[in-house]
Amino acid sequence: MAAHLTNGRVNLNILREAARKELREFLDKCAGSKAIVWDEYLTGPFGLIAQYSLLKEHEVEKMFTLKGGRLPPADVKNIIFFVRPRLELMDIIAENVFSDKSNSRDYHILFVPRRSMLCEQRLKEQGVLGSFTNIDEYILDLIPYDGDLLSMESEGAFRECYLENDQTTLYHTAKGLMTLQALYGTIPQIYGKGDCARHVANMMLRMKREFAGSQNQILPVFDTLLLLDRNVDLLTPLATQLTYEGLIDEIYGITNGYVKLPPEKFAQKKQGEGSKDLPTEPKKLQLNSAEELYAEIRDKNFNAVGAALSKKAKIISAAFEERHNAKTVGEIKQFVSQLPHMQAARSSLANHTSIAELIKDLTSKRSVQEHRNAFEADGFVFCPVASEAFFDNLTVEQEFMTGVDTDKVNTYIEDCISQKDPLIKVLRLMCMQSVCNNGLKQKVLDFYKREILQTYGYEHMLTLNNLEKTGLLKLQTNSRNNYPTIRKTLKLWMEDANEQTPNDISYVYSGYAPLSVRLTQVLARPGWRSIEEVLKMLPGPHFEERQQLPAGLHKKRQQGENRTTLVFFLGGVTYAEITALRFLSQMEDSGMEYIIATTKLINGSSWIKSLMDHPETQIP
Amino acid sequence: MAFITANWNPLGEAFYRKVELYEMSWVLRDGLRDSLVAAAPYGGPIAVMKESQCLSPSVRPQLDIYTASGVTMATFPWKSGPVVQLGWSVSEELLCVQQDGTVLIYDLTGAFLRHFSMGQEVVQSHVSEAKIFHSPYGTGVAIVTGSSRFTLATNIDDLKLRRLPEVPGLQGAPSCWAVLNQDRQTKVLLANGPELYLLDNTCCTSVVLPGGSPLDGVFVHIAVSFSYKYLALFTDTGHLWTGLANLQDKLSEVDTKIRSPPKQMVWCRRPQTQQPSVVVLWERLLLVVAVGGDTVQYPLDEACVCVGELDGVRLLSPSRHELLQEVPLVCEDIFKIASMGPGALLLEAHKEYQKSSQKADEYLREIKEQGMLGDAVRQCVEAAGHEQHTHTQKALLRAASFGKCFLTNLSPEAFVSVCRDLRVLNAVRDPSIGIPLTHTQYPVCVCVCRLVYRRLYPLAIEVCRYLKTPEYQGVSRILRHWACSKVQQKGESDEVMVRCISGRLADSPGISYSHIASKAYDSGRTELAIKLLDYEARSGEQVPLLLKMRRSQLALSKAIESGDTDLVYTVVSYVKNEMNRGDFFMTLRNQPVALSLYRQFCKLQEQETLKDLYNQDDDHQELANYYVSASYREKRLEARLSVLQSAVDEYNKAKNEFSSKATEEEMRLLRFQRKLDDEKGAGLLGLSLQATMEALLASGLQKQADHLYRDFRVSDKRYWWLKLKSLAEKEEWEELEKFSKSKKSPVGYLPFVEVCMKKSNKYEAKKYVTKVTPEQRVRAHLTIEDVEGAADAAIERRSEAEIGTVISHCSSSSSSSQRLLLDKLQRALTTANRK
Repeated sequence: MAAHLTNGRVNLNILREAARKELREFLDKCAGSKAIVWDEYLTGPFGLIAQYSLLKEHEVEKMFTLKGGRLPPADVKNIIFFVRPRLELMDIIAENVFSDKSNSRDYHILFVPRRSMLCEQRLKEQGVLGSFTNIDEYILDLIPYDGDLLSMESEGAFRECYLENDQTTLYHTAKGLMTLQALYGTIPQIYGKGDCARHVANMMLRMKREFAGSQNQILPVFDTLLLLDRNVDLLTPLATQLTYEGLIDEIYGITNGYVKLPPEKFAQKKQGEGSKDLPTEPKKLQLNSAEELYAEIRDKNFNAVGAALSKKAKIISAAFEERHNAKTVGEIKQFVSQLPHMQAARSSLANHTSIAELIKDLTSKRSVQEHRNAFEADGFVFCPVASEAFFDNLTVEQEFMTGVDTDKVNTYIEDCISQKDPLIKVLRLMCMQSVCNNGLKQKVLDFYKREILQTYGYEHMLTLNNLEKTGLLKLQTNSRNNYPTIRKTLKLWMEDANEQTPNDISYVYSGYAPLSVRLTQVLARPGWRSIEEVLKMLPGPHFEERQQLPAGLHKKRQQGENRTTLVFFLGGVTYAEITALRFLSQMEDSGMEYIIATTKLINGSSWIKSLMDHPETQIP
Repeated sequence: MAFITANWNPLGEAFYRKVELYEMSWVLRDGLRDSLVAAAPYGGPIAVMKESQCLSPSVRPQLDIYTASGVTMATFPWKSGPVVQLGWSVSEELLCVQQDGTVLIYDLTGAFLRHFSMGQEVVQSHVSEAKIFHSPYGTGVAIVTGSSRFTLATNIDDLKLRRLPEVPGLQGAPSCWAVLNQDRQTKVLLANGPELYLLDNTCCTSVVLPGGSPLDGVFVHIAVSFSYKYLALFTDTGHLWTGLANLQDKLSEVDTKIRSPPKQMVWCRRPQTQQPSVVVLWERLLLVVAVGGDTVQYPLDEACVCVGELDGVRLLSPSRHELLQEVPLVCEDIFKIASMGPGALLLEAHKEYQKSSQKADEYLREIKEQGMLGDAVRQCVEAAGHEQHTHTQKALLRAASFGKCFLTNLSPEAFVSVCRDLRVLNAVRDPSIGIPLTHTQYPVCVCVCRLVYRRLYPLAIEVCRYLKTPEYQGVSRILRHWACSKVQQKGESDEVMVRCISGRLADSPGISYSHIASKAYDSGRTELAIKLLDYEARSGEQVPLLLKMRRSQLALSKAIESGDTDLVYTVVSYVKNEMNRGDFFMTLRNQPVALSLYRQFCKLQEQETLKDLYNQDDDHQELANYYVSASYREKRLEARLSVLQSAVDEYNKAKNEFSSKATEEEMRLLRFQRKLDDEKGAGLLGLSLQATMEALLASGLQKQADHLYRDFRVSDKRYWWLKLKSLAEKEEWEELEKFSKSKKSPVGYLPFVEVCMKKSNKYEAKKYVTKVTPEQRVRAHLTIEDVEGAADAAIERRSEAEIGTVISHCSSSSSSSQRLLLDKLQRALTTANRK
């Protein structure tokens, strides 16, 4: 079920198993049949820990979504609320409990990831605290996503930390890292850059002091922990990711390891069903390294995916051809035994070919002929807009990243506003220009803001404000634009990025090397001391801490054995950054393998969206 | 050493020995007569109190607590009511059962801990007899009242009183009774004259002893073994019946020929016993009755008390403290006169060796010939554990060590562990400590805990260090205990106390200072508690106590330090209720972390408070933002406008010119929209400026749109886009052409081409292609699907990239014109390349 978690350098399934065990223990505490009432936000992350079958084994008979009013009828002994510790949810729970008339039931609350006195106080005020038999917490901080990836799936993390100065997520981060250390040993070295990183490291060190004496005797699996604030590198998430996985996320959005795709492309693939109606439900696919083909292509630049797919197609069809060579009963038997695997590979190939086609339609310039075909087939107007727009957008992004005309009003952005393109797209570009220019001149900034308010409405005033508060958008002060220095020192722009057989991380953005990953790379070799100047230009302190290991746990490293670093992105990480780190892990001479952890998997759009404010409008 | 068997007495097939543990250092004026005496098992402390009926009512009895060696630990006059029974709990707390059913609990130093009652009805009927017993659930108390009713509490730490059913025909006190522990149930076995009854929670059953031969006579004494497995009953005819406690089997029946009722009766057994026995005590005689029927008599010259142990019976007299036990088989094997056991030979060999006699070799040879040297060593090691006297222990261990030299593959583990255990045992057996534990009774944890109960901290720490107990479980716990008792002492100043405690505890891991602090607070030393809390590493732990002590400011900063935001919220909501609003805001102002958390809380829960918060901080920018979002909650336009006006004012105060202007514009726009809505029913209110103009153009209100364009200084580009799109949408092609000629287009002419093509009007689109700037011409041609035109334009511009774009647009069809075109482009490309 979770085989993909064990593939990597570090067996992350241990973490998942620990989480499952705890869940089972809690469920068994509530004897008898149960119904779970879910805080909807939690279902996704929980899906990565336990499927419905596990819940069913422990007598969970019904599942509901938490909402106001009465609970749906269910003939069960226990009602368990799985909720985040939020006051507004407590009010809903109170309403549920009050309106439930059957007296014979036991109520329980499971707080995820931590119980909260404030919430319990609220329940008490509402007069329902006494109705609960069990109030417990389910410590789910870091959720294993893939063999090298952990996420806390804390949606508002960046907003909380950088806009609202709310350090709740950071506390959970520190706790999560403590749990991780309890399972995988104390991490001897901690590096960090940024205010939040400093805060998390401080909390970790304090927690370690608090638990002094109860030290675990596990040989450390991780050699280094690197904590990075997202606001150290605001640029990377704004850029459009150009890896296969990154593009899927940019275009369709990957949530909790699943992507929902338009069904048309997948409809005709099924043979023998004739011309049934087109499925209307979006096609849902799980994306992780358990799928062999996906593991192979997800980290490729999209321009290299086509070749990889066709190569794979050849291999698979060759494998199917084998059957003609199978002469003896033994050979046939062997062939048949491989069939399930081959069929899985074939359907996987079909899926990814469809996805690649979908993406290609939206990203690359189609030939006239194809356009015409599309025109004739679908009755669409001849309209190259989608792909042209993608290309134009990319061009502008690359101009900004290379520092072309970043101090002037950009006509493309202006046009986008005139065309009323999606606001998020406009904001992404604007922020990018601001970041690449170390802020915009008053005139330019005001112009953009005015255009936005006039076009998209005055209510976006608050959103613009938020962007300014987080530094994504800012006014250029007297200080020099230091972005070019940073770009040059860290080699953020590589002119000759090789997309097919990459030799540098810059292939993930077809030229731009993500700043965050460059920092990671430099830390491993030759060390941050070589870039002191640049580090000073980036916000927040950088630091190094050591954690004492109990005697006898110092690793004796084998010749040529790689070191393992856990890179923790506070405030989110993009798939392309993950890919870049995977690339570094695989580089032969890097001597370092990376495991990635984050508060949330993000892309530019979801990120900007999390910073937007939508005042609930009352039409007067 | 020759005399080692001097105190041995044969009993059946085994030997019994009486070993002196201590010469008692206590001075008892009247001996142990007429006193309540309670001695805790496992060499525990002894409590002595004069029986109240022996004293005149005006005299207060004295309660004394001694160690097993008779050293006074506490002594104080008894001020409460008459005591029926004394006893010890498993954690060495002294239980005093009073006549009125109250049980008072004291610690080893005589400090009162707590009390509980055995039931309301007991106050009336009085306790006539009480027993304190130990079970796997802890320490229990059983009483029988004057009205012949039994009440049980199985665990004094989790008090649940159980009143047992009535016993039919029982008047007054039963002749004797005992508490049994069977099948995880606590029961009472009682005798009423010649009849026996078993009482459990629900019923009272009459029982008969198994094994025929009904005893004549009345039962006068019952004894249950240490493990609750065996039972002994004594009748007034002098018969002693022994059997299993489940009343299924009889072991034996012995006639002691002594008819007077015994004072005390105790089982004497040991694990792997050969010859269990019952020790019966009279005023002047101690009789050991083996189950097999053999007896040993010990005359007594003073009043004694027997204390049952796991592996024997301790005899407590005013002058001496002795241990009566069956001699362990190994000891018997070694020390029995003329024993030829391997251990005995080894001991002898070693003795000769020390005398440098060659006999040593002979003995050794003899053992070796039998191949028994390993056994010999094992015997000596084991026997050493069972011996009380250090010189015997040493002799045996030396012999074992000597024997070990001639063996190659003997595991040293047993030897090492016995040496280690003995070291600890000898230390605690020392008369100054007075815990006469035997090796059989020795479980380490209990030993250290008991030193701690006695406040023998240095020794406890020594033991922990010696045994290499992990700091966290051993030394730290001891130090915590020490500190807790330290803070309860009066006299020393806070500073001295804190320095003393922190100095001692400094680098011990896992010390909970908050625990110590709460002890200090409980004993009324708030200042000391606060000072101690400073040393607590876990900030989270400090908070609840600080709140309890009403140090909310300090609690708040500690909560922030912990990083646990929930904790911060908790303190904030506490502080909010405790202080008036002004002070509360001031407090928050000094704690930015708490302030921003509280703001978050207000955003979700108390919008109004949020406003006050910003006001108080003169945060005009945030206040303005607050008004902006508040304006959207207003249903009426006037109200909305007035809130927006507040926003404008605040933006002005914040010197945010842009925002104040933008807000003013929004107000103007809203007024305009309302006016138009009223006049024409246009439904514009709430739309953005752009959307408003769009709607106006769509419904032909050109003039109004133009007005907005000028009034709001809309950028030309955007307005042009808007207009041409709207014209194309309405397919007003002539108007569009006119508009294109009205003045030079600020957006260029490619948009004209595009909007036409959007409506699939190639004809109209073509009109504008020529006007497009050279840079965009290729694209314009491509937009109208004119590949050839695009090719010409590209070739003219000699742009590599553009030629490439055109090539990619060329279909791969094999029509000759296409092929020609491709060739042409390829050639142009090479020239462009060459350039």
